Amino acid sequence: MTISFNHLPTTMPDDSTPEDRAAPGQSETTGSPMIQVEQLDKVFDGGFQALKNVSLEIQRGEIFALLGPNGAGKTTLISVICGLVRASSGSVKVDGHDNVADYRQARAMIGLVPQELTNEAFTTVWDTVSFSRGLFGKPKNPAHIENVLRALTLWEKRNNRLLELSGGMKRRVLIAKALAHEPKVLFLDEPTAGVDVELRREMWEVVRQLRDQGVTIILTTHYIEEAEEMADRIGVILRGELVLVEEKAALMRQLGRKELTLHLDHALDQVPAALAGHDLALTEEGHALVYTYDVARQEEGTGIAGLLADLEATGIRVKDLHTRQSSLEEIFVSLVRERA
Amino acid sequence: MNLQSVKTIYLAEMARSLRTVLQSIVSPVVSTSLYFVVFGAAIGSRISEVDGVSYGAFIVPGLIMLMLLTQSVSTASFGIFFPRFSGSIYEILSAPISYLEIVLGFVGAAATKSLILGLIVLGTARLFVPFTIQYPLVMLLFLVLTALTFSLLGFIIGIWADGFEKLQLVPLLVVTPLTFLGGTFYSIDMLPPFWQTVTLLNPVVYLVSGFRWSFYGSGDVSIWASVLMIVAFLGVSLAVVNWIFKTGYRLKP
Repeated sequence: MTISFNHLPTTMPDDSTPEDRAAPGQSETTGSPMIQVEQLDKVFDGGFQALKNVSLEIQRGEIFALLGPNGAGKTTLISVICGLVRASSGSVKVDGHDNVADYRQARAMIGLVPQELTNEAFTTVWDTVSFSRGLFGKPKNPAHIENVLRALTLWEKRNNRLLELSGGMKRRVLIAKALAHEPKVLFLDEPTAGVDVELRREMWEVVRQLRDQGVTIILTTHYIEEAEEMADRIGVILRGELVLVEEKAALMRQLGRKELTLHLDHALDQVPAALAGHDLALTEEGHALVYTYDVARQEEGTGIAGLLADLEATGIRVKDLHTRQSSLEEIFVSLVRERA
Repeated sequence: MNLQSVKTIYLAEMARSLRTVLQSIVSPVVSTSLYFVVFGAAIGSRISEVDGVSYGAFIVPGLIMLMLLTQSVSTASFGIFFPRFSGSIYEILSAPISYLEIVLGFVGAAATKSLILGLIVLGTARLFVPFTIQYPLVMLLFLVLTALTFSLLGFIIGIWADGFEKLQLVPLLVVTPLTFLGGTFYSIDMLPPFWQTVTLLNPVVYLVSGFRWSFYGSGDVSIWASVLMIVAFLGVSLAVVNWIFKTGYRLKP
Protein backbone atom coordinates (compact mmCIF):
# COMPACT_ATOMS: atom_id res chain seq x y z
CA MET A 1 0.00 0.00 0.00
CA THR A 2 1.53 3.30 -1.06
CA ILE A 3 0.78 6.13 1.28
CA SER A 4 1.37 9.78 0.73
CA PHE A 5 -0.18 12.39 2.94
CA ASN A 6 1.36 15.36 1.18
CA HIS A 7 -0.86 17.90 2.85
CA LEU A 8 -0.33 16.83 6.40
CA PRO A 9 1.96 18.81 8.75
CA THR A 10 5.62 18.14 8.17
CA THR A 11 6.96 18.60 11.69
CA MET A 12 9.59 15.98 12.32
CA PRO A 13 8.92 13.64 15.20
CA ASP A 14 10.62 14.14 18.52
CA ASP A 15 12.26 10.82 19.34
CA SER A 16 13.56 11.92 22.71
CA THR A 17 11.19 9.87 24.80
CA PRO A 18 12.42 9.60 28.36
CA GLU A 19 14.26 6.61 29.70
CA ASP A 20 13.46 7.48 33.26
CA ARG A 21 10.20 8.84 34.48
CA ALA A 22 9.58 11.11 37.46
CA ALA A 23 5.96 10.04 37.92
CA PRO A 24 3.38 8.22 35.83
CA GLY A 25 2.52 10.40 32.87
CA GLN A 26 5.17 13.04 33.51
CA SER A 27 7.79 13.31 30.84
CA GLU A 28 11.19 14.80 31.39
CA THR A 29 11.82 15.80 27.80
CA THR A 30 12.45 19.44 27.12
CA GLY A 31 10.11 21.54 25.01
CA SER A 32 6.36 21.85 25.42
CA PRO A 33 4.39 18.64 25.09
CA MET A 34 1.67 18.32 22.47
CA ILE A 35 -0.87 17.16 25.05
CA GLN A 36 -0.69 18.14 28.68
CA VAL A 37 -3.22 16.66 31.08
CA GLU A 38 -3.07 17.82 34.69
CA GLN A 39 -4.86 16.33 37.68
CA LEU A 40 -7.89 15.33 35.69
CA ASP A 41 -10.92 13.99 37.52
CA LYS A 42 -14.20 12.89 36.05
CA VAL A 43 -17.17 11.92 38.17
CA PHE A 44 -20.33 11.14 36.22
CA ASP A 45 -23.77 12.17 37.43
CA GLY A 46 -24.47 8.76 38.92
CA GLY A 47 -21.39 9.15 41.14
CA PHE A 48 -19.10 6.84 39.15
CA GLN A 49 -15.56 8.18 39.14
CA ALA A 50 -14.15 7.39 35.71
CA LEU A 51 -10.88 9.31 36.04
CA LYS A 52 -8.84 9.85 39.18
CA ASN A 53 -6.20 12.56 39.25
CA VAL A 54 -4.81 11.70 35.82
CA SER A 55 -1.73 13.64 34.75
CA LEU A 56 -0.07 12.89 31.44
CA GLU A 57 2.20 14.50 28.91
CA ILE A 58 2.35 13.35 25.32
CA GLN A 59 5.26 14.49 23.23
CA ARG A 60 5.13 15.77 19.68
CA GLY A 61 5.36 13.13 17.02
CA GLU A 62 5.20 10.11 19.28
CA ILE A 63 2.84 7.15 19.17
CA PHE A 64 1.35 6.73 22.60
CA ALA A 65 -0.69 3.63 23.40
CA LEU A 66 -3.17 3.70 26.23
CA LEU A 67 -3.91 0.25 27.57
CA GLY A 68 -6.45 -0.86 30.09
CA PRO A 69 -9.25 -3.35 30.59
CA ASN A 70 -12.83 -2.55 29.65
CA GLY A 71 -14.25 0.31 31.69
CA ALA A 72 -10.83 1.46 32.90
CA GLY A 73 -11.33 5.02 31.64
CA LYS A 74 -9.47 5.02 28.30
CA THR A 75 -12.35 6.35 26.23
CA THR A 76 -13.37 8.82 28.95
CA LEU A 77 -9.85 10.25 28.99
CA ILE A 78 -9.85 10.65 25.21
CA SER A 79 -13.35 12.13 25.32
CA VAL A 80 -12.34 14.74 27.88
CA ILE A 81 -9.29 15.75 25.84
CA CYS A 82 -11.40 16.02 22.67
CA GLY A 83 -14.14 18.02 24.39
CA LEU A 84 -16.85 15.35 24.28
CA VAL A 85 -17.01 14.91 28.04
CA ARG A 86 -16.60 17.68 30.59
CA ALA A 87 -13.94 17.24 33.25
CA SER A 88 -14.99 17.49 36.89
CA SER A 89 -11.63 19.09 37.71
CA GLY A 90 -8.17 19.44 36.23
CA SER A 91 -7.04 20.81 32.92
CA VAL A 92 -6.12 19.74 29.40
CA LYS A 93 -3.87 21.65 27.05
CA VAL A 94 -3.35 20.86 23.39
CA ASP A 95 -0.21 22.49 22.01
CA GLY A 96 -0.45 24.95 24.89
CA HIS A 97 -4.13 25.80 24.33
CA ASP A 98 -6.56 25.08 27.13
CA ASN A 99 -9.28 22.82 25.71
CA VAL A 100 -12.04 24.78 27.48
CA ALA A 101 -10.90 28.42 27.42
CA ASP A 102 -9.26 28.17 23.96
CA TYR A 103 -11.39 25.32 22.67
CA ARG A 104 -11.29 26.48 19.05
CA GLN A 105 -7.48 26.41 18.83
CA ALA A 106 -7.25 23.20 20.85
CA ARG A 107 -9.88 21.24 18.93
CA ALA A 108 -8.68 22.45 15.53
CA MET A 109 -5.52 20.39 16.04
CA ILE A 110 -7.28 17.16 16.93
CA GLY A 111 -8.61 14.39 14.74
CA LEU A 112 -10.65 11.71 16.46
CA VAL A 113 -11.43 8.20 15.26
CA PRO A 114 -14.11 6.88 17.61
CA GLN A 115 -14.46 3.34 18.83
CA GLU A 116 -17.93 2.79 17.40
CA LEU A 117 -18.65 2.74 13.66
CA THR A 118 -20.63 5.96 13.74
CA ASN A 119 -21.52 7.03 10.24
CA GLU A 120 -24.46 8.64 8.52
CA ALA A 121 -25.47 5.70 6.36
CA PHE A 122 -26.93 7.55 3.39
CA THR A 123 -24.15 9.96 2.51
CA THR A 124 -21.32 9.12 0.15
CA VAL A 125 -17.72 8.61 1.20
CA TRP A 126 -16.65 11.79 -0.57
CA ASP A 127 -19.40 13.90 0.97
CA THR A 128 -18.88 12.71 4.51
CA VAL A 129 -15.11 13.23 4.41
CA SER A 130 -15.57 16.68 2.83
CA PHE A 131 -18.16 17.46 5.52
CA SER A 132 -15.58 16.74 8.22
CA ARG A 133 -13.13 19.16 6.66
CA GLY A 134 -15.72 21.93 6.41
CA LEU A 135 -16.94 21.30 9.94
CA PHE A 136 -13.47 22.11 11.22
CA GLY A 137 -13.59 25.44 9.37
CA LYS A 138 -11.19 24.48 6.61
CA PRO A 139 -11.82 25.66 3.04
CA LYS A 140 -12.48 23.04 0.39
CA ASN A 141 -9.42 21.14 -0.77
CA PRO A 142 -10.41 18.33 -3.13
CA ALA A 143 -6.75 17.43 -3.69
CA HIS A 144 -6.24 16.73 0.02
CA ILE A 145 -9.45 14.72 0.27
CA GLU A 146 -8.38 12.69 -2.76
CA ASN A 147 -4.98 12.15 -1.22
CA VAL A 148 -6.47 10.86 2.04
CA LEU A 149 -8.95 8.61 0.25
CA ARG A 150 -6.26 7.14 -1.96
CA ALA A 151 -3.97 6.55 1.00
CA LEU A 152 -6.71 4.62 2.75
CA THR A 153 -7.68 2.77 -0.45
CA LEU A 154 -11.08 4.42 -0.43
CA TRP A 155 -10.74 6.29 -3.68
CA GLU A 156 -12.62 3.70 -5.72
CA LYS A 157 -15.44 3.84 -3.18
CA ARG A 158 -15.71 7.62 -3.07
CA ASN A 159 -19.17 7.69 -4.65
CA ASN A 160 -20.53 4.78 -2.62
CA ARG A 161 -22.95 5.40 0.19
CA LEU A 162 -21.62 4.37 3.57
CA LEU A 163 -24.27 1.71 4.06
CA GLU A 164 -22.81 -0.11 1.06
CA LEU A 165 -19.37 -0.47 2.67
CA SER A 166 -17.94 -3.32 4.72
CA GLY A 167 -17.04 -2.83 8.38
CA GLY A 168 -13.35 -2.45 7.56
CA MET A 169 -14.12 0.15 4.91
CA LYS A 170 -16.31 2.08 7.34
CA ARG A 171 -13.44 2.08 9.81
CA ARG A 172 -11.20 3.56 7.11
CA VAL A 173 -13.81 6.22 6.40
CA LEU A 174 -13.71 7.24 10.05
CA ILE A 175 -9.93 7.59 9.80
CA ALA A 176 -10.31 9.59 6.57
CA LYS A 177 -12.81 11.90 8.28
CA ALA A 178 -10.40 12.45 11.16
CA LEU A 179 -7.60 13.30 8.72
CA ALA A 180 -9.69 15.54 6.50
CA HIS A 181 -8.80 18.72 8.38
CA GLU A 182 -5.08 17.97 8.62
CA PRO A 183 -4.84 17.43 12.39
CA LYS A 184 -1.60 17.59 14.34
CA VAL A 185 -2.86 15.08 16.87
CA LEU A 186 -4.77 11.94 15.99
CA PHE A 187 -6.74 9.95 18.56
CA LEU A 188 -7.52 6.39 17.57
CA ASP A 189 -9.93 4.74 19.95
CA GLU A 190 -9.71 1.00 19.28
CA PRO A 191 -8.86 1.65 15.61
CA THR A 192 -8.60 -1.93 14.48
CA ALA A 193 -11.42 -3.48 16.50
CA GLY A 194 -13.22 -5.95 14.28
CA VAL A 195 -10.99 -5.62 11.23
CA ASP A 196 -9.10 -8.49 9.65
CA VAL A 197 -5.39 -9.07 10.04
CA GLU A 198 -4.45 -7.72 6.63
CA LEU A 199 -6.38 -4.51 7.09
CA ARG A 200 -5.00 -4.14 10.60
CA ARG A 201 -1.48 -4.26 9.26
CA GLU A 202 -2.38 -1.75 6.56
CA MET A 203 -3.75 0.59 9.20
CA TRP A 204 -0.58 0.25 11.26
CA GLU A 205 1.33 1.28 8.18
CA VAL A 206 -0.91 4.32 7.76
CA VAL A 207 -0.35 5.28 11.39
CA ARG A 208 3.40 4.98 11.02
CA GLN A 209 3.34 7.12 7.89
CA LEU A 210 1.40 9.77 9.76
CA ARG A 211 3.82 9.68 12.65
CA ASP A 212 6.71 10.04 10.22
CA GLN A 213 5.08 13.20 8.96
CA GLY A 214 4.94 14.66 12.45
CA VAL A 215 1.44 13.75 13.56
CA THR A 216 1.19 12.83 17.22
CA ILE A 217 -0.79 9.62 17.64
CA ILE A 218 -2.64 8.45 20.71
CA LEU A 219 -4.30 5.07 20.46
CA THR A 220 -6.25 2.87 22.77
CA THR A 221 -6.39 -0.77 22.00
CA HIS A 222 -7.32 -4.17 23.29
CA TYR A 223 -4.78 -5.74 20.99
CA ILE A 224 -1.61 -5.62 23.01
CA GLU A 225 0.17 -6.76 19.88
CA GLU A 226 -0.87 -3.46 18.35
CA ALA A 227 0.75 -1.44 21.10
CA GLU A 228 3.81 -3.66 21.03
CA GLU A 229 4.08 -3.24 17.28
CA MET A 230 3.59 0.50 17.07
CA ALA A 231 3.87 2.46 20.29
CA ASP A 232 6.82 4.54 21.40
CA ARG A 233 5.40 4.85 24.90
CA ILE A 234 2.72 3.00 26.75
CA GLY A 235 0.34 4.12 29.48
CA VAL A 236 -1.68 1.73 31.55
CA ILE A 237 -4.94 2.92 33.05
CA LEU A 238 -6.76 0.89 35.68
CA ARG A 239 -10.02 1.91 37.35
CA GLY A 240 -9.53 5.52 36.26
CA GLU A 241 -5.96 5.80 37.50
CA LEU A 242 -2.96 6.11 35.24
CA VAL A 243 -0.76 3.58 36.97
CA LEU A 244 2.15 3.51 34.61
CA VAL A 245 3.62 5.46 31.71
CA GLU A 246 6.80 4.16 30.21
CA GLU A 247 8.74 3.89 27.02
CA LYS A 248 7.75 0.58 25.47
CA ALA A 249 11.26 -0.84 25.24
CA ALA A 250 12.07 0.20 28.81
CA LEU A 251 8.81 -1.27 30.06
CA MET A 252 9.60 -4.58 28.47
CA ARG A 253 13.13 -4.46 29.85
CA GLN A 254 11.96 -3.61 33.36
CA LEU A 255 8.94 -5.82 33.64
CA GLY A 256 9.62 -8.45 31.04
CA ARG A 257 10.52 -12.01 32.04
CA LYS A 258 12.66 -14.26 29.94
CA GLU A 259 12.62 -18.03 29.77
CA LEU A 260 15.53 -20.23 28.78
CA THR A 261 14.42 -23.74 27.85
CA LEU A 262 17.09 -26.41 27.83
CA HIS A 263 16.20 -29.60 25.99
CA LEU A 264 18.02 -32.51 27.61
CA ASP A 265 19.61 -35.60 26.10
CA HIS A 266 18.12 -37.80 28.84
CA ALA A 267 15.00 -37.24 30.89
CA LEU A 268 15.33 -36.38 34.59
CA ASP A 269 13.03 -37.44 37.41
CA GLN A 270 13.62 -34.26 39.35
CA VAL A 271 15.79 -31.19 39.37
CA PRO A 272 19.17 -32.30 40.74
CA ALA A 273 20.13 -30.92 44.14
CA ALA A 274 23.24 -29.32 42.62
CA LEU A 275 20.99 -27.08 40.57
CA ALA A 276 18.63 -26.14 43.41
CA GLY A 277 20.12 -22.66 43.60
CA HIS A 278 18.66 -21.78 40.19
CA ASP A 279 15.01 -21.00 39.46
CA LEU A 280 14.40 -24.14 37.42
CA ALA A 281 11.34 -26.13 36.48
CA LEU A 282 11.26 -29.54 34.90
CA THR A 283 8.88 -29.86 31.93
CA GLU A 284 8.11 -32.08 28.95
CA GLU A 285 8.14 -35.20 31.15
CA GLY A 286 11.64 -34.47 32.32
CA HIS A 287 13.08 -33.73 28.89
CA ALA A 288 13.37 -29.97 29.41
CA LEU A 289 14.55 -27.61 32.09
CA VAL A 290 13.05 -24.13 32.07
CA TYR A 291 15.00 -21.31 33.65
CA THR A 292 13.07 -18.08 34.27
CA TYR A 293 14.84 -14.79 34.91
CA ASP A 294 14.25 -11.05 34.76
CA VAL A 295 15.56 -9.25 31.70
CA ALA A 296 17.15 -6.69 34.02
CA ARG A 297 18.98 -9.44 35.97
CA GLN A 298 20.26 -10.95 32.78
CA GLU A 299 21.69 -7.57 31.77
CA GLU A 300 23.47 -7.40 35.12
CA GLY A 301 25.21 -10.63 34.17
CA THR A 302 23.70 -13.03 36.69
CA GLY A 303 22.12 -16.41 36.13
CA ILE A 304 22.82 -18.12 32.86
CA ALA A 305 26.60 -18.46 33.01
CA GLY A 306 26.41 -20.01 36.48
CA LEU A 307 23.60 -22.31 35.42
CA LEU A 308 25.53 -23.59 32.41
CA ALA A 309 28.61 -24.16 34.55
CA ASP A 310 26.58 -26.15 37.11
CA LEU A 311 24.98 -28.21 34.33
CA GLU A 312 28.44 -29.04 33.02
CA ALA A 313 29.56 -30.06 36.50
CA THR A 314 26.59 -32.37 37.03
CA GLY A 315 27.17 -34.02 33.65
CA ILE A 316 23.75 -33.18 32.25
CA ARG A 317 23.95 -32.92 28.50
CA VAL A 318 21.92 -30.33 26.63
CA LYS A 319 20.98 -31.06 23.03
CA ASP A 320 19.13 -27.82 22.26
CA LEU A 321 18.03 -24.58 23.85
CA HIS A 322 15.85 -21.58 23.11
CA THR A 323 14.81 -18.37 24.86
CA ARG A 324 11.50 -16.54 24.93
CA GLN A 325 10.76 -13.04 26.25
CA SER A 326 7.38 -12.30 27.80
CA SER A 327 5.11 -10.29 25.56
CA LEU A 328 3.58 -6.96 26.38
CA GLU A 329 0.31 -8.82 26.85
CA GLU A 330 1.82 -10.94 29.60
CA ILE A 331 3.30 -7.82 31.20
CA PHE A 332 -0.08 -6.12 31.05
CA VAL A 333 -1.94 -9.09 32.52
CA SER A 334 0.61 -9.34 35.29
CA LEU A 335 0.23 -5.62 36.06
CA VAL A 336 -3.54 -5.88 36.20
CA ARG A 337 -3.36 -8.89 38.53
CA GLU A 338 -0.86 -7.17 40.80
CA ARG A 339 -3.12 -4.20 41.27
CA ALA A 340 -6.42 -6.07 41.42
CA MET B 1 -17.82 33.36 13.96
CA ASN B 2 -16.75 30.21 12.13
CA LEU B 3 -18.87 30.73 9.03
CA GLN B 4 -17.29 27.84 7.14
CA SER B 5 -18.50 25.39 9.79
CA VAL B 6 -21.99 26.92 9.90
CA LYS B 7 -22.18 26.73 6.12
CA THR B 8 -21.02 23.10 6.18
CA ILE B 9 -23.73 22.00 8.65
CA TYR B 10 -26.34 24.10 6.85
CA LEU B 11 -25.54 22.67 3.41
CA ALA B 12 -25.35 19.10 4.72
CA GLU B 13 -28.81 19.47 6.26
CA MET B 14 -30.21 21.02 3.10
CA ALA B 15 -28.68 18.18 1.08
CA ARG B 16 -30.41 15.70 3.38
CA SER B 17 -33.75 17.35 2.56
CA LEU B 18 -32.98 17.12 -1.14
CA ARG B 19 -32.00 13.44 -0.82
CA THR B 20 -35.43 12.79 0.65
CA VAL B 21 -37.33 15.14 -1.61
CA LEU B 22 -40.46 12.97 -1.74
CA GLN B 23 -40.77 12.91 2.03
CA SER B 24 -39.49 16.43 2.61
CA ILE B 25 -41.28 18.44 -0.03
CA VAL B 26 -43.74 16.46 -2.10
CA SER B 27 -45.52 14.81 0.85
CA PRO B 28 -46.45 18.02 2.75
CA VAL B 29 -47.51 19.71 -0.48
CA VAL B 30 -49.79 16.79 -1.38
CA SER B 31 -51.33 16.59 2.09
CA THR B 32 -51.95 20.36 2.22
CA SER B 33 -53.53 20.19 -1.23
CA LEU B 34 -55.88 17.48 0.07
CA TYR B 35 -56.95 19.84 2.85
CA PHE B 36 -57.83 22.44 0.24
CA VAL B 37 -59.79 19.93 -1.82
CA VAL B 38 -61.73 18.53 1.17
CA PHE B 39 -62.20 21.59 3.37
CA GLY B 40 -61.90 24.36 0.82
CA ALA B 41 -63.78 22.98 -2.18
CA ALA B 42 -66.07 20.20 -0.89
CA ILE B 43 -67.08 21.45 2.58
CA GLY B 44 -66.26 25.12 1.96
CA SER B 45 -68.77 25.40 -0.85
CA ARG B 46 -71.53 24.84 1.73
CA ILE B 47 -70.16 27.42 4.22
CA SER B 48 -70.83 31.11 3.82
CA GLU B 49 -68.07 33.68 4.13
CA VAL B 50 -66.04 33.90 7.35
CA ASP B 51 -64.79 37.37 8.41
CA GLY B 52 -65.66 38.70 4.96
CA VAL B 53 -63.67 36.15 2.90
CA SER B 54 -64.69 32.86 1.30
CA TYR B 55 -64.10 29.80 3.49
CA GLY B 56 -61.57 28.41 1.03
CA ALA B 57 -59.53 31.61 1.25
CA PHE B 58 -60.06 31.83 5.03
CA ILE B 59 -58.30 28.54 5.73
CA VAL B 60 -55.25 29.30 3.52
CA PRO B 61 -53.17 31.07 6.23
CA GLY B 62 -54.09 28.45 8.84
CA LEU B 63 -53.13 25.56 6.59
CA ILE B 64 -49.81 27.16 5.70
CA MET B 65 -49.20 27.72 9.40
CA LEU B 66 -50.11 24.08 10.18
CA MET B 67 -47.60 22.86 7.63
CA LEU B 68 -44.97 25.38 8.74
CA LEU B 69 -45.21 24.39 12.41
CA THR B 70 -45.15 20.63 11.86
CA GLN B 71 -42.40 20.73 9.24
CA SER B 72 -40.19 23.10 11.25
CA VAL B 73 -40.47 20.92 14.33
CA SER B 74 -40.01 17.58 12.55
CA THR B 75 -37.13 18.71 10.30
CA ALA B 76 -35.14 20.34 13.08
CA SER B 77 -35.79 17.57 15.60
CA PHE B 78 -34.75 14.84 13.17
CA GLY B 79 -31.75 16.89 12.02
CA ILE B 80 -30.12 16.87 15.46
CA PHE B 81 -31.63 13.59 16.70
CA PHE B 82 -30.23 11.47 13.86
CA PRO B 83 -26.54 12.27 14.54
CA ARG B 84 -27.24 11.57 18.23
CA PHE B 85 -28.91 8.28 17.31
CA SER B 86 -26.15 7.21 14.90
CA GLY B 87 -23.37 8.48 17.16
CA SER B 88 -21.91 10.80 14.54
CA ILE B 89 -22.68 13.76 16.82
CA TYR B 90 -19.17 13.18 18.26
CA GLU B 91 -17.75 14.95 15.26
CA ILE B 92 -19.85 18.07 15.72
CA LEU B 93 -19.22 18.25 19.45
CA SER B 94 -15.45 17.86 19.04
CA ALA B 95 -15.17 20.40 16.21
CA PRO B 96 -13.84 23.91 16.87
CA ILE B 97 -17.28 25.48 16.71
CA SER B 98 -19.45 27.29 19.22
CA TYR B 99 -22.91 26.25 20.34
CA LEU B 100 -24.36 29.24 18.51
CA GLU B 101 -22.77 28.06 15.28
CA ILE B 102 -24.18 24.55 15.72
CA VAL B 103 -27.67 25.98 16.28
CA LEU B 104 -27.34 28.35 13.33
CA GLY B 105 -26.43 25.47 11.02
CA PHE B 106 -29.17 23.05 12.07
CA VAL B 107 -31.97 25.51 12.84
CA GLY B 108 -31.11 27.70 9.87
CA ALA B 109 -31.45 24.74 7.50
CA ALA B 110 -34.72 23.53 9.07
CA ALA B 111 -36.20 27.04 8.96
CA THR B 112 -35.10 27.50 5.34
CA LYS B 113 -36.71 24.24 4.30
CA SER B 114 -39.95 25.17 6.09
CA LEU B 115 -39.95 28.61 4.49
CA ILE B 116 -39.51 27.13 1.03
CA LEU B 117 -42.32 24.68 1.76
CA GLY B 118 -44.52 27.52 3.05
CA LEU B 119 -44.04 29.44 -0.17
CA ILE B 120 -44.68 26.32 -2.28
CA VAL B 121 -47.91 25.61 -0.38
CA LEU B 122 -48.90 29.26 -0.79
CA GLY B 123 -48.47 28.89 -4.54
CA THR B 124 -50.35 25.58 -4.50
CA ALA B 125 -53.25 27.16 -2.58
CA ARG B 126 -53.52 29.85 -5.23
CA LEU B 127 -54.35 27.10 -7.71
CA PHE B 128 -57.41 26.11 -5.63
CA VAL B 129 -58.75 29.41 -4.28
CA PRO B 130 -58.34 33.07 -5.21
CA PHE B 131 -56.96 35.30 -2.42
CA THR B 132 -54.91 38.42 -1.94
CA ILE B 133 -52.17 39.30 0.54
CA GLN B 134 -52.70 42.78 1.96
CA TYR B 135 -49.42 42.97 3.89
CA PRO B 136 -46.85 40.74 2.12
CA LEU B 137 -43.91 41.98 4.21
CA VAL B 138 -45.77 41.21 7.45
CA MET B 139 -46.64 37.81 6.01
CA LEU B 140 -42.98 37.12 5.23
CA LEU B 141 -41.96 38.33 8.69
CA PHE B 142 -44.45 35.93 10.29
CA LEU B 143 -43.27 33.10 8.08
CA VAL B 144 -39.63 33.69 9.01
CA LEU B 145 -40.25 34.17 12.74
CA THR B 146 -42.54 31.14 12.97
CA ALA B 147 -40.20 28.90 10.98
CA LEU B 148 -37.27 29.99 13.14
CA THR B 149 -39.09 29.64 16.45
CA PHE B 150 -40.56 26.23 15.74
CA SER B 151 -37.28 25.00 14.28
CA LEU B 152 -35.71 25.94 17.61
CA LEU B 153 -38.49 24.01 19.35
CA GLY B 154 -37.75 21.06 17.06
CA PHE B 155 -34.04 21.31 17.90
CA ILE B 156 -34.93 21.16 21.60
CA ILE B 157 -37.16 18.13 21.03
CA GLY B 158 -34.39 16.42 19.01
CA ILE B 159 -32.04 16.77 21.97
CA TRP B 160 -34.65 15.83 24.57
CA ALA B 161 -35.87 12.74 22.72
CA ASP B 162 -34.17 9.47 23.58
CA GLY B 163 -36.07 7.44 20.99
CA PHE B 164 -38.16 7.75 17.86
CA GLU B 165 -41.40 7.68 19.86
CA LYS B 166 -40.55 10.82 21.80
CA LEU B 167 -39.42 12.43 18.57
CA GLN B 168 -42.96 12.09 17.21
CA LEU B 169 -44.71 12.79 20.51
CA VAL B 170 -44.66 16.58 20.52
CA PRO B 171 -45.44 17.14 16.81
CA LEU B 172 -48.32 14.65 16.83
CA LEU B 173 -49.77 15.15 20.30
CA VAL B 174 -49.06 18.82 20.93
CA VAL B 175 -48.33 20.85 17.81
CA THR B 176 -50.95 19.35 15.47
CA PRO B 177 -53.86 19.43 18.00
CA LEU B 178 -53.00 22.98 19.07
CA THR B 179 -52.96 24.06 15.42
CA PHE B 180 -56.29 22.38 14.65
CA LEU B 181 -57.77 24.03 17.75
CA GLY B 182 -55.98 27.30 17.03
CA GLY B 183 -58.40 28.73 14.50
CA THR B 184 -57.00 27.08 11.40
CA PHE B 185 -60.41 26.01 10.14
CA TYR B 186 -62.64 28.48 11.98
CA SER B 187 -62.79 31.93 13.51
CA ILE B 188 -62.85 31.78 17.30
CA ASP B 189 -65.88 34.11 17.12
CA MET B 190 -67.77 31.00 16.00
CA LEU B 191 -67.16 29.34 19.43
CA PRO B 192 -69.30 29.79 22.57
CA PRO B 193 -67.90 32.57 24.87
CA PHE B 194 -66.41 30.10 27.39
CA TRP B 195 -64.46 28.25 24.71
CA GLN B 196 -63.36 31.54 23.18
CA THR B 197 -61.65 32.36 26.49
CA VAL B 198 -60.11 28.88 26.74
CA THR B 199 -58.85 29.11 23.16
CA LEU B 200 -56.94 32.29 24.00
CA LEU B 201 -54.64 30.12 26.14
CA ASN B 202 -53.52 28.34 22.99
CA PRO B 203 -50.40 30.11 21.68
CA VAL B 204 -51.01 28.88 18.14
CA VAL B 205 -54.19 31.03 18.00
CA TYR B 206 -51.97 34.11 18.03
CA LEU B 207 -49.73 32.79 15.26
CA VAL B 208 -52.60 31.82 12.96
CA SER B 209 -54.44 35.06 13.71
CA GLY B 210 -51.39 37.22 13.02
CA PHE B 211 -50.62 35.36 9.83
CA ARG B 212 -54.23 35.66 8.68
CA TRP B 213 -54.13 39.40 9.49
CA SER B 214 -51.27 39.79 7.00
CA PHE B 215 -53.54 38.29 4.31
CA TYR B 216 -56.90 39.91 4.98
CA GLY B 217 -56.28 42.73 7.48
CA SER B 218 -58.32 41.07 10.23
CA GLY B 219 -57.70 38.36 12.80
CA ASP B 220 -59.05 36.80 15.98
CA VAL B 221 -56.68 38.82 18.16
CA SER B 222 -54.77 42.07 17.73
CA ILE B 223 -51.75 41.90 15.41
CA TRP B 224 -49.59 43.27 18.23
CA ALA B 225 -50.67 40.44 20.52
CA SER B 226 -49.66 38.03 17.76
CA VAL B 227 -46.26 39.70 17.31
CA LEU B 228 -45.70 39.71 21.06
CA MET B 229 -46.56 36.02 21.31
CA ILE B 230 -44.21 34.90 18.54
CA VAL B 231 -41.36 37.03 19.92
CA ALA B 232 -41.99 35.64 23.44
CA PHE B 233 -42.02 32.08 22.05
CA LEU B 234 -38.74 32.77 20.24
CA GLY B 235 -37.21 34.16 23.44
CA VAL B 236 -38.23 31.11 25.50
CA SER B 237 -36.89 28.72 22.85
CA LEU B 238 -33.56 30.57 22.73
CA ALA B 239 -33.32 30.49 26.51
CA VAL B 240 -33.93 26.71 26.57
CA VAL B 241 -31.33 26.08 23.84
CA ASN B 242 -28.86 28.24 25.76
CA TRP B 243 -29.53 26.18 28.90
CA ILE B 244 -29.04 22.93 26.98
CA PHE B 245 -25.60 23.93 25.79
CA LYS B 246 -24.55 25.45 29.11
CA THR B 247 -25.42 22.31 31.02
CA GLY B 248 -24.52 19.84 28.27
CA TYR B 249 -27.98 18.28 28.69
CA ARG B 250 -28.06 14.98 26.77
CA LEU B 251 -25.05 16.09 24.74
CA LYS B 252 -22.02 16.24 26.99
CA PRO B 253 -21.91 14.18 30.17
